[in-house]
Amino acid sequence: MTVTQGAEQAQQKTRGNHAGFVRYLINRASGTLVSLLAIVFSAFFIFRVLPGDPVTNLMQEVENPTPELEARLRAEYGLDEPMMIQFWNYLTDLFQGDLGTSIQYNVPVMDLFVDRVGPTVLLGGVAMVLAVFIGYGLGAASAWRHGTRFDRVNVYSALVFFAAPTFLISMLAIIIFSRELRLFPTGRMGSAQTPDEFFPQLLDTVYHLTLPTLTLTLMMYSGYLLTMRAAMLDEMGNDYLTTARAKGLRDAAVRRKHAMRNALLPTTTVVFMSLGNLINGSLITEMIYSWPGLGYMFYQAISVPDYPVLQGLFIIFAGSTVLANLAADILYWFIDPRARKV
Amino acid sequence: MSSSAEVQYSPRAIRLARWRRASGKLWKEFAKQKGGVVGLIGLGIFIILAIFGPMLVSENATSVVEATGERMAPPGDGYIFGTDDRGRSVAELTILGTRVTLIIGMAAAFLGMIIGTTVGIISGHFEGKISWVLMRIAEWFMNLPTLVLAVVLVVIMGRGMLVMVIAIGVTSWAGTARVVRAQTRAVEGRPYMERAKALGAGHGHQMVRHVLPNVMPLVLASTIMAVAGAILTESTLAFLGLYDPASVSWGRMLNQAWSAGAMTAQAWWYILAPGLMILLVVLCFTLAGRALETALNPRLRK
Repeated sequence: MTVTQGAEQAQQKTRGNHAGFVRYLINRASGTLVSLLAIVFSAFFIFRVLPGDPVTNLMQEVENPTPELEARLRAEYGLDEPMMIQFWNYLTDLFQGDLGTSIQYNVPVMDLFVDRVGPTVLLGGVAMVLAVFIGYGLGAASAWRHGTRFDRVNVYSALVFFAAPTFLISMLAIIIFSRELRLFPTGRMGSAQTPDEFFPQLLDTVYHLTLPTLTLTLMMYSGYLLTMRAAMLDEMGNDYLTTARAKGLRDAAVRRKHAMRNALLPTTTVVFMSLGNLINGSLITEMIYSWPGLGYMFYQAISVPDYPVLQGLFIIFAGSTVLANLAADILYWFIDPRARKV
Repeated sequence: MSSSAEVQYSPRAIRLARWRRASGKLWKEFAKQKGGVVGLIGLGIFIILAIFGPMLVSENATSVVEATGERMAPPGDGYIFGTDDRGRSVAELTILGTRVTLIIGMAAAFLGMIIGTTVGIISGHFEGKISWVLMRIAEWFMNLPTLVLAVVLVVIMGRGMLVMVIAIGVTSWAGTARVVRAQTRAVEGRPYMERAKALGAGHGHQMVRHVLPNVMPLVLASTIMAVAGAILTESTLAFLGLYDPASVSWGRMLNQAWSAGAMTAQAWWYILAPGLMILLVVLCFTLAGRALETALNPRLRK
């Protein structure tokens, strides 16, 4: 009797937990949906409502602007229709995955995106993993030995790299490592003369990837280091660490298995939330190393200016940060039981 | 006798004495942090350079026609930091760039501070829907790739100083709003707020007379750090070619160095001079802001 009761209770508890997760997910996902809608609206607002529309700007670039040309361009971009109709067309196109056609390449923005997304994910992904490991490792070690010379050196170098503009690091890296020492290429993702086989191509990509990745890593790691250090310092006052040490555990074990595990809770979600920062950094890194990714595509669209590309990439970049936030929220449910009470 | 007592204990005198005591204590905590003091001294130097810099350089420092040096000449020979691609002195241009960089950075951070403080206090003071909506908006701005948004805004609205200030300001207020909101919530729970409410203070009076003075010190710390971020964004925008065509800034110099082929020519001085200035000024603002935050928040002092 009591056994079955206990089992029932346990079952109810899991069911309750399950329902709790669904409620939590709906709550968060509805917030995400609102944010995505906000992006869709603001992209339209920025590009169509704010003063300075594409055609007016284009007309300034054209050699002999005529009213006829302006009218034709307006019709081509659908800018001659009433605002509500324009908005409706924009919405229906967007939901069909149509982000417009690039002015400079005369190709759908979506096709360009599919072409360029791989290199960006490769560069950003490798740099992010490196930055997280280096930043969290150094941050935890720094907090553990806080007040020492090691800690001070770590914090101050992190602050310097935090203050250093990405373009300065990239340009100096190219001058030193590519031009002076001739260790790495100055840019691009591969050389034309590399044989079209798997291993030579792989080595060539790694060779080209090294400098931009290290640049991006240097730019990203300082934020993680400071976050981890603060989280660790917060944990270090707690009694459970004294208990663990009193049990006779070694210092390294207390740090790794007890303190760091708890400090990781608030810092894990930081990784997802730093996607916006990563995008900012890749924009500059890709531009300077002519890395054929989305950031380089964005940069090339600025001077034209290629409005459909800028608008499309704005929607994609902003949308992905919002989705990364949702992922962080979902992850938080699983790694921190305290989130489930909400 | 009673009159002297009145003078001494008038509300104004009390407030002044309290303020003096509090700021003295704050300064003592601030001065304990070496990094913060170094940052503050650095900022002083930068501000002096921004005000008096244009008097130090020759009148035609920016003129392409009057330039006397060779194209991208290395340091030495009368040019401490060499020359740029048009034969102008890099050192003089760098000094001139201080003013514009600081003005845009500080104005943008100020705009961000006003938006962030207003949103933070309102969402902290009112519970319910207003608060929820405002915080969702702030969250949204916080996670957005702000550089991308700022670039798009400048491209659409046209290059210029005011546009840059607006573009950076409206993309950088969210952090301040969150800090202010948390502090507002803490202040709202204190007994003197209850007293003010019991005496019939309206929402406006509560927010402006009671909450605002209490969040101001934290706002100041967060604004100082926001200037660092604003200068980084400003120089990045300028580096991408979105500089104000009417003035010299460090980001613009680096943009010119980049497009004039300073990398191929290995003209490191042309890149290092403005680049290090950006690094140093951002570092100084960050150090000073962090030290002020630590001095204000006893929890960080451990």
